[in-house]
Amino acid sequence: MATFSRGFRGRRQSAETAGRLPPGQYETKDFPVLSAGPTPRTSLATWTFTLQGTNGQTARWTWDEFTALPRQTTTKDIHCVTKWSKFDTMWEGISIDTILSEAAAKGIQPAPFVLARCDGGYTTNVPLADLTGGKAWVAFMYNGAPLPPEHGGPARLLVPHLYFWKSAKWVRELRLMENDAPGFWESLGYHNYGDPWREQRYAGDE
Amino acid sequence: MIEIVAETPRTRTLLLDVPGWPGHRAGQHVDVRLTAEDGYQAERSYSIASPPEEPRLSLTVERLTDGEVSPYLSEVLHAGDTLELRGPIGGYFVWDIPAGGPLLLVGGGSGIVPLMAILRHRNAVLGTAKERHRLPARLLYSSRRWDEVIYRDELARLAEEDPSLEVRHTLTREQPEGWTGFRRRIDREMLEEVAWPASEQPRVFVCGPTPLVETVSTTLVDLGHQPALVKTERFGPTGGAI
Repeated sequence: MATFSRGFRGRRQSAETAGRLPPGQYETKDFPVLSAGPTPRTSLATWTFTLQGTNGQTARWTWDEFTALPRQTTTKDIHCVTKWSKFDTMWEGISIDTILSEAAAKGIQPAPFVLARCDGGYTTNVPLADLTGGKAWVAFMYNGAPLPPEHGGPARLLVPHLYFWKSAKWVRELRLMENDAPGFWESLGYHNYGDPWREQRYAGDE
Repeated sequence: MIEIVAETPRTRTLLLDVPGWPGHRAGQHVDVRLTAEDGYQAERSYSIASPPEEPRLSLTVERLTDGEVSPYLSEVLHAGDTLELRGPIGGYFVWDIPAGGPLLLVGGGSGIVPLMAILRHRNAVLGTAKERHRLPARLLYSSRRWDEVIYRDELARLAEEDPSLEVRHTLTREQPEGWTGFRRRIDREMLEEVAWPASEQPRVFVCGPTPLVETVSTTLVDLGHQPALVKTERFGPTGGAI
């Protein structure tokens, strides 16, 4: 039950904006940077991306190999758990569907859960079902230019339908798992799933 | 809402009595939710300024010129009003005594708020000079002008009473006459002078606008500090080209 705030009026958005904002969010035209710790700097010469199966099999790509895969562009709204949302962000990268089908050729089978592992030690967990069917990418371009390090470059996971802490910056590996395991923020009080439309910010939120 | 204290021309501290408050750790924050008469709601996060030892919860709010929530909190709210908040939140940017030291705190503008909770907590728990010298602390605090330095007098008093606490200010836009302190944005040279060497393995907490946090955290890693010991909290827009 909400407490009324005497004298608070707030800034009303247009109906169009209001419809696009999940509960508790506000629109920003900036692109805030929030990260746990210093920004890692990774050389493209040594960068690799790995998909690891539950049986220990791996598919690995160098930067040149990865960026030669069929790419997609996508324009999405993104929602950060710290309450800002940014509309119509433009990304380019490799769809997780593409990565999985390339990896299937190496005998890597799907598993229900995924742990994203990143330079700097960041991790986050996502059900596989939330990464497939055109819902997620590994993105290396933002707004038509290479993704800057503060925003996760060389490449980050992009899962726009969940709170943006799931779009793991500096991603290097997706590890398929039979069982779910909480990542960095999920282990520090944040929600295990993170659906902005149900306002699942913190552990215990419905 | 018990009391409002003016800190600087643009910041106020709200002192709150929160029945059933479960306690918190220095560095954590709360989510504040405002509800207008027609049900419209806005939510924002604010770092807790008070240490866990204080019975009253305090939040220091900077009034942002085009803010939606901060002008309400700093100008409309008055003693006797109620505020809906949720917390404490955050398990990463926190410090308690067992985490040890030495402790290096680097802040810019309103980024001082969680760092102040940390300093107040250290001051409340470490009662003897011996305990304090075993866990020394340094604060490097960047502000635009002397009259915008939040908690200015309290910081001076804490440093005066505690030789193991060093407070260094840098004023980036205007300095009072006779100012002998730093007068520029935090850079590598300043950090080399103020920070402990990486070999001492200080626990580092950096909080403020993104450009400051980026510069400071990157520089500290370049100076040899382990990334895992450099904790960061960034406020505000990116300030970059995007």
